[in-house]
Amino acid sequence: STHNIHTNTPKTMMQHQHQHHAGHPNYESQLKPGEVGTGTTIMAIPFDGGVVLGADSRVSTGVYVANRVCDKIAQLHDNIWCLRSGSASDCQALTDYVKHYLSQHAIDVGRPPMVKTAAYLMKRLVYENKDKLLAGVIVGGWDPVEKGSVYNVPLGGACLKMPVAIGGSGSPFIYGLVDSEMAKGPKDKAEALALVKKAVSHAMSRDGSSGGIIRTVVVTSTGNEYEYTSGSDLPYGP
Amino acid sequence: MGLYPTPLSSLLLLLFLQTFLTPVVMSNSRTTRPITTGTSVLGLKYRDGVMLAADTLCSYGSLAKYKDARRLVSIGDASSNCLIGGGGEFSDFQFIVELLQKNALEDRMSGEPTESSAKAVWSYLRAVMYQRRNKMNPLWNDILVAGYDKDEEKAFLGTVDKIGTAFEDDVLATGFGSYLCLPILREKWRADLEEGEARALLEDCLRVLFYRDCRALNRVQIAKATADGVLVSEPYEIETSWDSAAFVSTKGGLEGDGGW
Repeated sequence: STHNIHTNTPKTMMQHQHQHHAGHPNYESQLKPGEVGTGTTIMAIPFDGGVVLGADSRVSTGVYVANRVCDKIAQLHDNIWCLRSGSASDCQALTDYVKHYLSQHAIDVGRPPMVKTAAYLMKRLVYENKDKLLAGVIVGGWDPVEKGSVYNVPLGGACLKMPVAIGGSGSPFIYGLVDSEMAKGPKDKAEALALVKKAVSHAMSRDGSSGGIIRTVVVTSTGNEYEYTSGSDLPYGP
Repeated sequence: MGLYPTPLSSLLLLLFLQTFLTPVVMSNSRTTRPITTGTSVLGLKYRDGVMLAADTLCSYGSLAKYKDARRLVSIGDASSNCLIGGGGEFSDFQFIVELLQKNALEDRMSGEPTESSAKAVWSYLRAVMYQRRNKMNPLWNDILVAGYDKDEEKAFLGTVDKIGTAFEDDVLATGFGSYLCLPILREKWRADLEEGEARALLEDCLRVLFYRDCRALNRVQIAKATADGVLVSEPYEIETSWDSAAFVSTKGGLEGDGGW
């Protein structure tokens, strides 16, 4: 793929800053008219033995909820998953590409791919096309080398390995909650799952673009445990 | 032992200030866009009178900031017969409520106490909204006015929007409700709806709004105006359903089509 060294023109940068609300990009005004977005809350926490991934289920076009029970957790490989936020179409396209490249790569090297490879592939695609895409992704999974790991790939195409990753339009509302909970110490599987559900519930309660049910996947060396928490059984809210 | 202000004395003080101490400086600002907003309001006439419904959320952009905002208000005292419900900019709605309550108070305190009917309030509001529209400084609201006229023994339900459009009907809705709920209300409406049926119908519509409007909440209020007066309920939560088989199944697996 060609190296795209095009950076945002001053005009685009000015627009971008003008839209800044509390210091984070305003997803809604960056979507094209009629484009379906996932105002979203997504979250992933690695624990000893795997990773917990969680997301809300609201897909919106403007202020209309196009899908109230969508599945934002996509499987990239057997033990590697990603969480999607931003433009629905951009995320679907990215996921399809990364799935394809990862499956090729697994055949080439004769072993399951590592999570950081998946994250790097996602990062390459987002970074090289940064002016055309609106996608914030979290890649998480389990591999035998790094065990459970989580990578945040935000809008511009950075790639950061993190002890906990949150993303989407609902994430600013839960930075305080997540910071204070994580400061209490490392989490095991049950604690990580409870924290994901609690934090996503809080974000859904305050973010108009997040809502519905909470879908969670717990990824371990032995497999994936899928769960959904109904909108009437949320730990907090709505 | 101090002299504490009562609601009545506060209102009288406000009247005094507005009449005799009008500020000299005119503001140079006008409403260009709404900041703190309420979403839909629903209204329908039923056998005993008329009902309004709204949720209790005021959003700040996409932030669900105020979850106990009262968007259904009765004008005048308990025996009065006028309800208003407002969507749009909440500060402008509060301004309208103060204005109508001030008028109602002045009517009652005059030498010959009178009470405006809901229809009169609706007509007055139309004039107010249209005047503001002409000055390019609208009150950024969609208002429903409801009441029961004891003399004519008839319910009234009307709407006024931010540019002064006004009309009456048996069922009305503002905002998202006009797209999602009016079809439901029109399909199910009958002139002889019982109170329980009317309330259930409104709750169904509020549930749809909670599912499909990003700016809606499942905490709601219902208000009614009948021959016995007006009543605004306290906020309560409505039940929601998320358990259909189609919802539970996942779509993100490797074998899937990549859809959501």
